[in-house]
Amino acid sequence: MSDKTVSQSPNLSRRALLKAGLATGVAAGAVGAARADGDPLITEIQDWNRYLGEGVQSRPYGTPSEFESHVVRRDVEWLTASTESSVNFTPLHELDGIITPNGLCFERHHGGIAEINPADHRLMINGLVDTPLVFTMEDLKRFPRENRVYFLECAANSGMEWRGSQLNGCQYTHGMIHSVMYTGVPLKLILEEAGIKTNAKWVMPEGADASAMTRSIPMEKALDDCLVAFKMNGEALRPEQGYPLRLVVPGWEGNMWIKWLRRIEVGDEPWHQREETSKYTDLLESGKARRFTWVMDAKSVVTNPSPQAPVTHGKGPLVISGVAWSGNGRITRVDVSIDGGRNWKTARLDGPSLPKAMHRFYLDIDWDGSDLLLQSRAMDENGYFQPTKNELRAARGENSIYHNNGIQTWHVKADGTVENVEVS
Amino acid sequence: REGGALGLGRVATEDEVAAWDIDIRPDGEGLPAGSGTVADGEGLYSDNCAVCHGDFGEGVGRWPVLAGGQDTLTEERPEKTIGSYWPYLSTVYDYVRRAMPYGNARSMSDDDIYAITAYLLYLNDIVEDEDFELSNENFAEIHLPNEDNFIADDRSEETHYTDKNEPCMSNCKDSPVEITMRSRILDVTPGSVDDDNAA
Repeated sequence: MSDKTVSQSPNLSRRALLKAGLATGVAAGAVGAARADGDPLITEIQDWNRYLGEGVQSRPYGTPSEFESHVVRRDVEWLTASTESSVNFTPLHELDGIITPNGLCFERHHGGIAEINPADHRLMINGLVDTPLVFTMEDLKRFPRENRVYFLECAANSGMEWRGSQLNGCQYTHGMIHSVMYTGVPLKLILEEAGIKTNAKWVMPEGADASAMTRSIPMEKALDDCLVAFKMNGEALRPEQGYPLRLVVPGWEGNMWIKWLRRIEVGDEPWHQREETSKYTDLLESGKARRFTWVMDAKSVVTNPSPQAPVTHGKGPLVISGVAWSGNGRITRVDVSIDGGRNWKTARLDGPSLPKAMHRFYLDIDWDGSDLLLQSRAMDENGYFQPTKNELRAARGENSIYHNNGIQTWHVKADGTVENVEVS
Repeated sequence: REGGALGLGRVATEDEVAAWDIDIRPDGEGLPAGSGTVADGEGLYSDNCAVCHGDFGEGVGRWPVLAGGQDTLTEERPEKTIGSYWPYLSTVYDYVRRAMPYGNARSMSDDDIYAITAYLLYLNDIVEDEDFELSNENFAEIHLPNEDNFIADDRSEETHYTDKNEPCMSNCKDSPVEITMRSRILDVTPGSVDDDNAA
């Protein structure tokens, strides 16, 4: 990546080289060092210190610095047969805090991105209700609202790792997740507006896209904390996240968070749709398969260092950083091991601790330059702690595809490079 | 309009509900009146489905396999198809009508979907007569082989859930930890150093 940045620069002026160096950190040591005659970045007047920058309205909708152009969603072409029913990955190793920027939230579509004018969008409530109703987006924005931060994790996150280490980077092994603040209407209020009948036990949201995605959700969950959301991180949903309307199903597998939400049916039985029979069922070693495995269990990953974020600064102070989350509530503790799980230290949780949201943890160490086998182990408020991959395999075999929340190991080598490994 | 306290939205008309509410349950609720034979389905399948799913449901390239794979669910590489894995025929009808053909969904008639569903049963050796006609009348009589092999979520009974003891913090393993597997051996990560060589 770093070499590419330099070689693709059309004009290898001193300024361009300095830019490239700053962007990648490759030349940071040389640039930052004080020379006998002083660092020229300090002793010489720089362009940005002399000339005016662009004016206020040059970027009506701001985008990241050009030096951050490597911070993007990425896909793995061989994973799926077509890009319209596929997935890409959030660059977790480049992010910090607990909120994912909207433009970097991973995508999972089954029929491509539906482009819908909100004026043309309708939400229907039908089935076992007193009055089947149709809402416009304007109607929905007149309901009382809530703001909540939740993680959304694809059921298949880390699914390619069931058989062992495969993809080299936390973006690929753990990046089917994002965490944003949603603004929306409690599903309960919308269901109450139609009036649910006493024999109503399930709801089924349906999407307006070409896959017409459907899932069965028990009424208890629908009346608890589900939201019909129209905003993420303060602005309208992105088209790839369901604009203008999506369902939010806190703590539960991402597949259920129906995008481009156009209908909610109320019924007395589950529907056993394709996405809860053929897909999103978890095959066990016995040949039996679990269905309706909704909750995403406590999980964590060290995002830095990681294979895409090697240690470039040598020995000394090193920030180990990562994220943890649980579909069952708050994360109360994250332990970190640097020796493959022989010994653990409790990391520092920093930032808001919100139920069913991403949490950020840090462990600050003094790296002596020796090999590390980095692991993190999350605990949630129920006392559940994240299992090892081998514990999961012992219970389920290797063909579950979904719900792999096993502990990840990174091998940090003496030269600072990092690899995805499994350990004894 | 009768409804909740806020008085938002309007009553959905019967036509509107009929246009969008096309889902079907395993007990047959939601099935439209209609029918189609295996023989009709073969032609429709060849024209609309075989380019991706193969003439015999075997799947072209990475497109989904629809038939075969019986008795592979306990093998190292299970083949999960309608015949080997899916529990309910209702899901076949519902999903094909809802989302197929890929890129041209909702383009077939209800009778067409019955015929294609009948042909998929034939490809999976669940019906053997080319004259077999599937309809809303006999639909619920058909059971797929793997119906009884789905169980409720019982993750909470796995030992790593039930064991809520304080986890080990020091000297948790007797000997130094060994690396047992490396992703670089496989190296299929896009943009990685050996990516080009791995192909």
